[in-house]
Amino acid sequence: MSAHTEHHDDDHGHDDGASHSTLKGYMTGFVLAAILTAIPFWLVMTGQFEKSSTTAAVVLGLAAVQMIVHMIYFLHMDAKSQGGWNMLALIFTLVMVVITLSGSIWVMYHLDHNMMPSMMDVKNLP
Amino acid sequence: MSDSPDLAKLIFGRLTWDAIPFHEPILLWTFVAVAAGGIALLAALTYFRLWGYLWREWFTSIDHKKIGVMYMVLGLVMLLRGFSDAIMMRMQQAVAFGHVQGFLPPHHYDQIFTAHGVIMIFFVAMPLVTGLMNFVVPLQIGARDVSFPFLNNFSFWMTTAGAALIMMSLFVGEFARTGWLAYPPLSGIAQSPDVGVDYYIWGLQIAGVGTLLSGINLLVTIIKMRAPGMTMMRMPVFTWTALCTNVLIVAAFPVLTAVLALLALDRYAGTNFFTTTLGGDAMMYVNLIWIWGHPEVYILILPAFGIYSEVVATFSRKRLFGYTSMVYATVVITVLSYLVWLHHFFTMGSGASVNSFFGITTMIISIPTGAKIFNWLFTMYRGRITFEVPMLWTVAFMVTFTIGGMTGVMLAVPPADFALHNSLFLIAHFHNVIIGGVLFGLFAGINYWFPKAFGFRLDPFWGKVSFWFWVVGFYFAFMPLYVLGLMGVTRRLNHFEDPSLQIWFQIAAFGALLIALGIGAMLIQFYVSFRNREALRDHTGDPWGGRTLEWSTSSPPPAYNFAFTPRVHNRDAWWQMKQHNYERPTAAFIAIHMPKNTGAGVILGGISTVLGFAMIWHMWPLAVLSFIALLAVAIGHTFNYQRDYHIPADEVSRVEAARSELLANHV
Repeated sequence: MSAHTEHHDDDHGHDDGASHSTLKGYMTGFVLAAILTAIPFWLVMTGQFEKSSTTAAVVLGLAAVQMIVHMIYFLHMDAKSQGGWNMLALIFTLVMVVITLSGSIWVMYHLDHNMMPSMMDVKNLP
Repeated sequence: MSDSPDLAKLIFGRLTWDAIPFHEPILLWTFVAVAAGGIALLAALTYFRLWGYLWREWFTSIDHKKIGVMYMVLGLVMLLRGFSDAIMMRMQQAVAFGHVQGFLPPHHYDQIFTAHGVIMIFFVAMPLVTGLMNFVVPLQIGARDVSFPFLNNFSFWMTTAGAALIMMSLFVGEFARTGWLAYPPLSGIAQSPDVGVDYYIWGLQIAGVGTLLSGINLLVTIIKMRAPGMTMMRMPVFTWTALCTNVLIVAAFPVLTAVLALLALDRYAGTNFFTTTLGGDAMMYVNLIWIWGHPEVYILILPAFGIYSEVVATFSRKRLFGYTSMVYATVVITVLSYLVWLHHFFTMGSGASVNSFFGITTMIISIPTGAKIFNWLFTMYRGRITFEVPMLWTVAFMVTFTIGGMTGVMLAVPPADFALHNSLFLIAHFHNVIIGGVLFGLFAGINYWFPKAFGFRLDPFWGKVSFWFWVVGFYFAFMPLYVLGLMGVTRRLNHFEDPSLQIWFQIAAFGALLIALGIGAMLIQFYVSFRNREALRDHTGDPWGGRTLEWSTSSPPPAYNFAFTPRVHNRDAWWQMKQHNYERPTAAFIAIHMPKNTGAGVILGGISTVLGFAMIWHMWPLAVLSFIALLAVAIGHTFNYQRDYHIPADEVSRVEAARSELLANHV
């Protein structure tokens, strides 16, 4: 925190995390993001797939790809940025999200199946 | 004047004179006592002209050490409130048998056990843990402050704002009668139409902002601001546990915020997330709140484990046994703590497959925890142990926590849980681990780091009195609850019919009385230590023969902590420096760049209290106004460019020379 670093963002200064912060990088990211947005729009508007569940799955898949594009080109993340801490934090976040979502769905499915009266066969109740 | 009731309703919302509990003698007299005490305190502050001092040196301070101390004060004050709830419950349960109804009607008793739980977890344990981390971590890693000093001050005041709202519920309106996690449907608008649950929601949401921000702050501090040479595997164990705790805070608290926001929408906007009508599901609330709630338990206990590690190594005069396994055990607990939440609701009906998965993951957690216990024992083995007060707390912890851990494994067996859940056995178990684990650790930490914070040691005699009353009182208060729980007595009851149970409740009440004496002895300890501060003065900055960097500074440390950033070559950095006859630098000081105090945190916290109060009582105009004010002050603060200053080199030289003289005279 000496005086000469005061006026620029020293988080990006010392370990060269900003590997893609060039015009080319931003443009690549922008074009990819635009394409990945256009495809779902086109899929939904023209109804390419017969089943809406297929469309939903493809849209969600493209959304996941788009998240990765954002992280690489706009948030400047790679395996080495911030000394690897960004990647570690990302992996940890993914683990947490997967545990929370899949765990909740699993738990709630069983709770719903066992406990909600509307789901039960009323004749089998004791 | 026909429109005046409407106008009053617009301005004051639901708040009327009926909300003030004139008809409740206990509350009325409490209010009279609190008001008298408060007025006396304010008058004393004015008389001794302390307002300016408090404002300049403490409230607006962004020094991590002072913020840490303020967190500790908040936690200890709230401990008194939480404990008065506890002793009222113990007294009620000791007398309310048969035709005796006791002095607490169910309506009041339900508020008391809810407030006790909420206060003890959110406003005692959390501030004490956060306060110790705030004070100790920057000193241990050789930093001059945290990464975001203003944010630190702001976090503290948001936590205080939440505590203030909870305290207000005592005298204005009432508190929730739902238990400390406010499960719907009981906490829904249909079953709890009054303001109690709203106090709960807004108190926790506002305090939650503070907790989350301080979690981010300390996480970044530990990752980015370690002294040169301090690699991850050279960090002191307390810093490691603080790192893991703050990871847990950052990952878990947003879940609490989200689930409380959903509950608030159910109550305010008529949504149906947790009502069975229109497809909502109250079980989702239970699922989500425990996804936060179980990591929360480890948020509290991990820093306590860190404190024990520091204390055991220092007072055994030995390097900590099994540092690497200690670190890995901490990390494993951090991850596993996300995989066990369902053990809090085995009986809700998930079925055998789900229950056995979560039962097994719960039992697995006891393995790294057990490894830690053995590491502490092996550190003590053949060490030159001195039984100072922090070490006493640590030994008491090892015995008590092991009992609590074993009853925890019993509860982790789903079939056994079907018999024991919701009983006093459960109550005994979690008090056994929270008091015997978290609180004993915090008391060890307070006694251990107090000389660093204030420059004098705490009086050991009164410390030991407090220790024995607490420990013996704990066993008297909670062992009977295990017995009662095994006999099938359920929790949260204010009256019993079976007179054969009464003796156990009377023993428990006696235990609570002993704990009250323990708390009293602790207050006396603070007073006596302050009075004898010259005799207890720590001139060296290293009263215990410490091993980590905080003991290399003076007691109390200067505002800048370290005149020169230390270089770390060893895990026990300060111990190694002492072994190599380290010489303090005494010349060639340079100006030190430091952050500047600001009042923005106090103001934002104050406005948040008003906003929360307005939302609780449906005072919509005030709510809108205070929200706008909150944004305006927050944005206004971003234009404050007077954020830093330099401590001139002369000043640093003067402070360091004074210390050199002190060391020369006393060592």
